[in-house]
This record gives sequence, structure tokens and C-alpha cells, in this order.
Amino acid sequence: MPRLGILALQGDVREHQATVKSLGLDALAVRTPQQLDEVDALILPGGESTAIAHLLVTSGLREPLAARLKDGMAAFGTCAGLIALSAEVLDGRSDQWSFAALDVAVRRNGYGRQVASFETPIDVEGLGFVPGVFIRAPRIERWGADVEFLASHNHGDGEHPVLIRQGAVWGCSFHPELTSDNQIHGLFLGHAGF
Amino acid sequence: MTTQENFGSVGTARVKRGLADMLRGGVIMDVVNPEQARIAEDAGAVAVMALERVPSDIRRDGGVARMSDPQMIKEIQATVTIPVMAKARIGHFAEAQILQALDVDYIDESEVLTPADEVNHIDKWGFTVPFVCGATNLGEALRRIGEGACMIRSKGEAGTGNIVEAVRHLRTINKAIRMLQMADESELFSMAKDLQAPLPLVLEVAATGKLPVPLFCAGGISTPADAALVLQLGAEAVFVGSGIFKSDDPERMAKAIVEATTHYQDASVVARVSTGLGAAMKGFETATLEQRLSERGW
Repeated sequence: MPRLGILALQGDVREHQATVKSLGLDALAVRTPQQLDEVDALILPGGESTAIAHLLVTSGLREPLAARLKDGMAAFGTCAGLIALSAEVLDGRSDQWSFAALDVAVRRNGYGRQVASFETPIDVEGLGFVPGVFIRAPRIERWGADVEFLASHNHGDGEHPVLIRQGAVWGCSFHPELTSDNQIHGLFLGHAGF
Repeated sequence: MTTQENFGSVGTARVKRGLADMLRGGVIMDVVNPEQARIAEDAGAVAVMALERVPSDIRRDGGVARMSDPQMIKEIQATVTIPVMAKARIGHFAEAQILQALDVDYIDESEVLTPADEVNHIDKWGFTVPFVCGATNLGEALRRIGEGACMIRSKGEAGTGNIVEAVRHLRTINKAIRMLQMADESELFSMAKDLQAPLPLVLEVAATGKLPVPLFCAGGISTPADAALVLQLGAEAVFVGSGIFKSDDPERMAKAIVEATTHYQDASVVARVSTGLGAAMKGFETATLEQRLSERGW
């Protein structure tokens, strides 16, 4: 039986844990390279992407996690987790780095600051409508040919993808973990062999 | 809550409380200028609180403490990519309206500033921007949530560098939650009366065993060990006010408190980051204070 982990350096780790638990799975909280070695797939939660990037370095997880992603480990990032997995970060810090596991450019706070944070139903391929909670959300603005869209949203200036996958790596601009709808997690975990 | 065309609903309880969820396990740092904001972000802060004077200086200077100059808040917003919070006086809804117009990410209706209303807090439901409020006990926390607060921070005693009041307030809140959980259902009505708290929120806490919004800790955190202590006592994130920029080596202290907050369950990490840090802020014995900020708020 494969083992699932949740990167637990900072952010809404508890909500992801509750969501996977509702699907009958337990997840290991990953804060060290040793804990990363024990898992076969990893969820990267929402939080503050600069803080999580900093903590990935200080906890010694940056290189081993980069290596695992390169080896094809299944991963799912929401919001800050999507930023960490993306190839390019726009409007970030000048020294912001990311794992480049998803061939996309994301704009930090691309939908605006907190007062512009919003909720809207999102139509996901194969699932129908699920609640979409966007909080200072990153916007996916460029993408490579290998990136597959599972959902997109028009915020008044054209369609932008909001749920994507590339191989075993999935990314989401919004926060399915903040709702009681566990279908997106279920879809990811099904593809990851759980 | 309002609807922007057909693009979605803004200012919902879920997006307001949700930002607090995103800050969990992090450190929110008081900063008074863009340089300090940069240091805070470099150190891994999840947000900064923009204010003109840190609490220990407000305590020293006396006089009326008010909302910060919008110019300073804008400069800090332009400097960092993380959320920027700012403080409004208790009950001063016009200051809060200004802060919302400035696009701050969270408003702290704070006892650190001089209160503007000695009876009423701000009606926070009417705002799109979320609010954090301080509390010393469960009744106060639930009254603030009833008014629309989306995050509670235990007050501690700001600007003292002394953790004793923060510990008292966290333990008081968590003990009261445990008592609600143990109570017979028929006793909860009377307990709501004693707490002076809205009954629906009392019933919710009794059922879930936690506040409906995240519980953070503020007021007196000045070392990595302080952060590890309050997180083990149930705080979900920490606010550090004077403790960083009144220490000997703010950059190192900021990084050390961030690491201790993430790895609070691993004493070997807290020990490593505590080593050779230089002096923490000098601090005050709270028993001798003339002004207790934590007594502000009703």
C-alpha cells in the first residue's frame, strides 16, 4: 500500500489531513528529509509561498524533494503548493525559486489582494461543479503543451486554467481542502494509485 | 458579502477565515518601515503588521496611539509579497474603513492602540476585509467572533517581552473550551450566560472542541522557546511585536522564531536555533506595569 504525505512546514495542513481522512486515508506530516523518504506521494498545502520556500531550505527538504519530483513522484499542490511546483513565478520576490514540476508560469496574487478573494463554483472535467475558494490566489498565465487542464475560470478577462496536471503532478489555484467536497483529492489520489 | 458581476462572491466568511488558515504554523511580525518588512519576509514571516511604533515604544512614549499613516502602509505593501496587516483602534470603524480602502489584507482591532469606543467594538460583518481581535478568555473571544472577527489572538501583554500573560490567556481559553466539552447539554445555556457569549457559538465550541476561527497567540513572545511554548499550549501561529526588532540581532532572531514555530515539537531544532542568538528584548515584569493593555476590550 503506497503511503501519502502532506508537507507540514506551514499553512492549512490540517484541512488537507481532514479531506484525505474523509476518503479513508491517513497522511504522514512531512517536516524532515527522513519523513519524505517514507512517502510515495505528497500534498503541498496552501499557505504563504515565500515562508514555505524558506522553510524548505532550512529544513533540508529542497534538494531531496526536487529529486523525488524529478523521479516522477505524484504530487498535488494547492495555491502556495501550486506556486512551489510551477516553473516560473511572476510578481514574486526577485529570489523566489520553485521546483518546475509543472510547466506553467503563475502570477502571485494574480486575482488581487485579500479583499478580492472570492468563491465561485468551478466545473471540473469528470466531476461537474465543485466549490472554488480562491484566497489571494495565484493565476496560471502561461503553460506548456504537456499541461492538461481539468478546470478553468473566467474572471472577466478570459479563461485561465485553475486545475491542471502534468504527468503525476497536479496543481490547483483554489482550495478544495477548505470545503467538505473531497472529489478533487479523490481524483488525484486515484491517479496516484491510492 | 457582495457579488462582483458573475465572477464570484467576495468577503465571505470562508475566504476571510480561510486566509487565517493559510497563516497557521507561521509568524506574523510587527514592522515599522519597509526595511524591517524586507527583513521579516527574508526570515520567512507569513505576514507583517505595519505600524508606526512597536508596542514597547507605545508603552514608553505614552500619549494616544492611532492607526498608522497610510503612506507608511503603502510603502510596506510595495516592498513585500506576503500579506500586510494594520491596526485600527477598538471601535474606530472609520479607521477600519480607511484600512480596507488601502487594500490591507487583515485588520487588527487592537488594544495596543488607544480605544475609540469604551462600549462597542467594530461591527466587522460589514467589511470585506477580515479582522483579527484579541481576547483574554473564551467569552471575550466568542463576543469578538459574534461581531465578525475571523481570527482570534490571545492578547498577552504587548510590549513587555514577558510571556506570562500570553500563557495565562491561552490556558484560560483552552480550559474554558474543555469545560464546555465536558458539560451536560442542559448546562450550556447557563454557561453561555456566565461567559457572556452568543449561545450558538457556545454550542458550536462545545460540539467541536475548538474555536470556529483560528486561535493565534500574541503579546510577549520574544524567543524561539516562547514560540515553542505557546504552540504546544494550543496556539496555531504567533504574532511577534517588539520581540524581534528590539533584540540584539533582529535578522537572526526572526529566522530562529520562524524555525521554532515550524519545528516546535522537535526540541533539538529549537535548541539549535536558540544557540548564540544574543540578547532578547529586555522586557518588563508585568506585575509592576502602570498600564495593562490587555484590560482594553469589552
